[in-house]
Amino acid sequence: MISHETILDVRNLTVDFFTRRGTVHAVRDVSFSVRKGETLGIVGESGSGKSVTAQAILGLTELPGRVTGGDILWKGSSLIAGREAAETIERVRGKEIAMVFQDPMTSLNPVYTVGMQVSEVLVRHMSMSKKAARSRAVELLDMVGISNPAKRLDQYPFELSGGMRQRVLIAAALACEPELLIADEPTTALDVTIQAQILDLIAELQQRLGVAVVLITHDLGVVAGVCDRVAVMYGGKIVEEADASEIYPLPFHPYTEGLLRSTPRLDVVSERLESIAGSPPDLREVLAGCSYSPRCAAVTEMCRSAVPVLDQRGEGRRVACWNPR
Amino acid sequence: MENPQHIPDQYSASTRETEAALHEEQNLEGRPYEVTAATKGVFRELLTDKTGVFGVAILAILGLAALFAPWVAPHGPTDGSLSTANRKPVWNGGTWEYMLGTDPQGYDMLSRLIYGLRTTLLVSLSVVLVAGVIGVVIGLISGYRGGRTDRWIMRWVDVQVAFPGLLIAMIMIAVIGGSKTAVIFVLSFNGWMVYARMTRGVVLSVKEQPYVEAAELIGCPPRRIMFRHILPNLVSAISTLAVLEFARIILAEATLSFLGLGLQFPEVSLGIVASTGRDYIFSTPRLIVIPGIAISLLVMAVNFAASWLRVALDPREREKRFAANALNSATGAGQ
Amino acid sequence: MGRYLVGRLLQGVLVVFGVTVVVFVATRMIGDPVNFILPLSASQEQRDRLRSDLGFDRSFINQFLDYIGDVFRFDFGKSTKFTNEDTIDVVLRFLPKTIQLVIAGMLVAFLVSLILGMLSALKPGKITDKILVTLSLLGLSMPQFFLAQVLIVFFSVRFGWVQIGPGPWTHMILPAVALALPAIGRLAMTVRSAMIDELNSQYVKAAKAKGMRRRRVVAVHALRNAAIPFVTLAGWEFIRALAGFTVVVEGVFGLNGMGSLAILAIRERDFFLIQTIVLVVAVIVVIVNILIDLAYKAVDPRVKLG
Repeated sequence: MISHETILDVRNLTVDFFTRRGTVHAVRDVSFSVRKGETLGIVGESGSGKSVTAQAILGLTELPGRVTGGDILWKGSSLIAGREAAETIERVRGKEIAMVFQDPMTSLNPVYTVGMQVSEVLVRHMSMSKKAARSRAVELLDMVGISNPAKRLDQYPFELSGGMRQRVLIAAALACEPELLIADEPTTALDVTIQAQILDLIAELQQRLGVAVVLITHDLGVVAGVCDRVAVMYGGKIVEEADASEIYPLPFHPYTEGLLRSTPRLDVVSERLESIAGSPPDLREVLAGCSYSPRCAAVTEMCRSAVPVLDQRGEGRRVACWNPR
Repeated sequence: MENPQHIPDQYSASTRETEAALHEEQNLEGRPYEVTAATKGVFRELLTDKTGVFGVAILAILGLAALFAPWVAPHGPTDGSLSTANRKPVWNGGTWEYMLGTDPQGYDMLSRLIYGLRTTLLVSLSVVLVAGVIGVVIGLISGYRGGRTDRWIMRWVDVQVAFPGLLIAMIMIAVIGGSKTAVIFVLSFNGWMVYARMTRGVVLSVKEQPYVEAAELIGCPPRRIMFRHILPNLVSAISTLAVLEFARIILAEATLSFLGLGLQFPEVSLGIVASTGRDYIFSTPRLIVIPGIAISLLVMAVNFAASWLRVALDPREREKRFAANALNSATGAGQ
Repeated sequence: MGRYLVGRLLQGVLVVFGVTVVVFVATRMIGDPVNFILPLSASQEQRDRLRSDLGFDRSFINQFLDYIGDVFRFDFGKSTKFTNEDTIDVVLRFLPKTIQLVIAGMLVAFLVSLILGMLSALKPGKITDKILVTLSLLGLSMPQFFLAQVLIVFFSVRFGWVQIGPGPWTHMILPAVALALPAIGRLAMTVRSAMIDELNSQYVKAAKAKGMRRRRVVAVHALRNAAIPFVTLAGWEFIRALAGFTVVVEGVFGLNGMGSLAILAIRERDFFLIQTIVLVVAVIVVIVNILIDLAYKAVDPRVKLG
């Protein structure tokens, strides 16, 4: 059930990383919004800026990175600017917005039990007693499909499998029934069969709890089954955004088209895999024109000289391209 | 460098950089890139590390003073008699001839410090060399051979590590005498294990790395693997360790000599100079304080140099330091 | 667990054995032990008599085997310096002081270095950190005798004597501090770098994302992981102090501990006393090592013993 109420509003976000070899402009003027209960997929290759964007939302941008422009609004309150921003983030983190990261092994503290790491969220945000938190934690572990939850509670991360660890992290994330769950490549570090399970879990929980989800991935396949809308990122910018049902059959941006075309298919016999020519951009460089132009098949002079703007091109679709389909 | 895909001009900047990097690689003429990059990085890093500069500078000065002791020191280490005893240092009413004063035997403090520095540096460097070579060789054998050899060697290392070092050193020196050779032998005997453990650790971890396996798969001969892959990692780890051990040995020798259970008269080391003040802690504190300051300065300089070396030889550490600096500048670097 | 302990104890026996051999070899094989004990003016007769009295005329192996046999019967020989007292009694008389000193000093060292290291790590590169790092470096660069002397002169000038305040324990304060300072220097640096590494880790980021308070993230999540290398090094410091580095502090502050005893025994060439001292110290070191391993396991649940 998607309402029309916007809960997350990212406006002109810019994030830079200051390194020895130059300043990396990882996120360049990115804007998008998420409505209550909706699932947004952010797709892009490594280095497209998707993870950086996600982390910026919760104020987790770490050195040498820094948010250098734009604003992020959560239900109207800024998470970046102004005096109350720090308080707002404190209030919101883990409680109203929760995040799940890519590698479940390193996201869990190796020296504490799994139970402790779930309960602590409950104790912190819901002021539960340790005992109450513990029994609620058992319920949560059960909800995410972990068998024998009471026993697992006292086990350590190294005693669990990758899939189970990710489930634990999802349990901890959903413990306080947040309104937004950001999943940063939640399945990338897992086996393919487990990937499907975790995605199903996320989809099911989303339906059941009505939580909005921002799912970040480099895999188009992952996005297809789970997301209502899709945003494609390249070179630190959003290049196309549309409903999932529309973007797959009819991509407008040449990069989206290239991505779709290069996905291997089992039902079509072909001799060679298709790929996009060229290599990913060096984010230290700011080109005069579109960052995709060096690799684009539909490139024009305009593309090389002016940066395309993310424009509305039809119902619910935005594209940043001078020469879209 | 060939350019199969015509990459348009807007990317020329990064292409040039890539070409430059490749040329550099070619110019290195087969030397392991890592080693050369490490050594080049070392000196570039020096300029950004102020304490490192300080440390290395002090060491250089002290080293030269020690080397040219007979010319630098105003007197001989045992020149003096009771008539020149207990002269005060220059800031307390003394003369410039005996700048730091003299001890109850009449010897000039400054000269003894300089000669003492010489002995201390000599002994400590020798220990690092002897212990280092022994330890590294044993570690290499242990790590490379693996299996039973490795296990037995490591057991032996574990046993010797648990020996009460200082105690044994004192006893051994008491028995075999306090010559420079004896002290070097004893301190090496107690100190080679760290090198063995570290070397073995590096060898083992490098052996496990996928890139070594890959190298083996494409037919890389074992010797080349040793040199190109194991050696560079070893160099940086061992040099940092060696410098830290150097500091520790200086202190150990000083302590032993101070207690009278290390080098003996007529040898002069920094510790021995300090030991003359043992009975005069309250009456003439400067007899311990001045050599104490000298030793502290020396060891501090070594430690600064060690920290510089550690950062300079490890690219990850360099990046961390850069990030820390970037954090502290209010506006952030670049833009 | 039981198996592990047995293994470690066996290894401990090996260590003690090894140490004994080394000391035995050092004291017997180099020159004539009798020459160390008697003055040069002693006659040949006296030498021969002493030699047979103390059993130095037998073969090395014999002496060694006899010694081992004696040890098992708890006969540690008689001291020559403390005229014919059982060496073990002498050692046990001097031991408590050293143990008190080491425990006091190391407790101080561990607590202070943990606090300082944490403070440093929380704001790396800022003023507090720079000051603490420089002080740490100073502390670990100063020779122990220098530190001890500075402390003693400074405090005696200010307060008149070494005793700070009344009471039976207070005379241990300064020596404990003197023992602790270099250890603090080394340990604080370790805690600092370990904490910095942990604070940069993924699970800390994840904990922050869960909304955990900074205090908890630092003191509960990061600290426990940083404690792992800390325990290793703290253990080494403890053993280092125990195995001889109290010597200087005891000497300068005039305490009657094992360190002073060891120096006395060595100077006086009291062979049996030396052997017993080394034996006792080795045994203590082995026990402490095992305790450290257990502490390690308590801190890091991933550790499998054996």
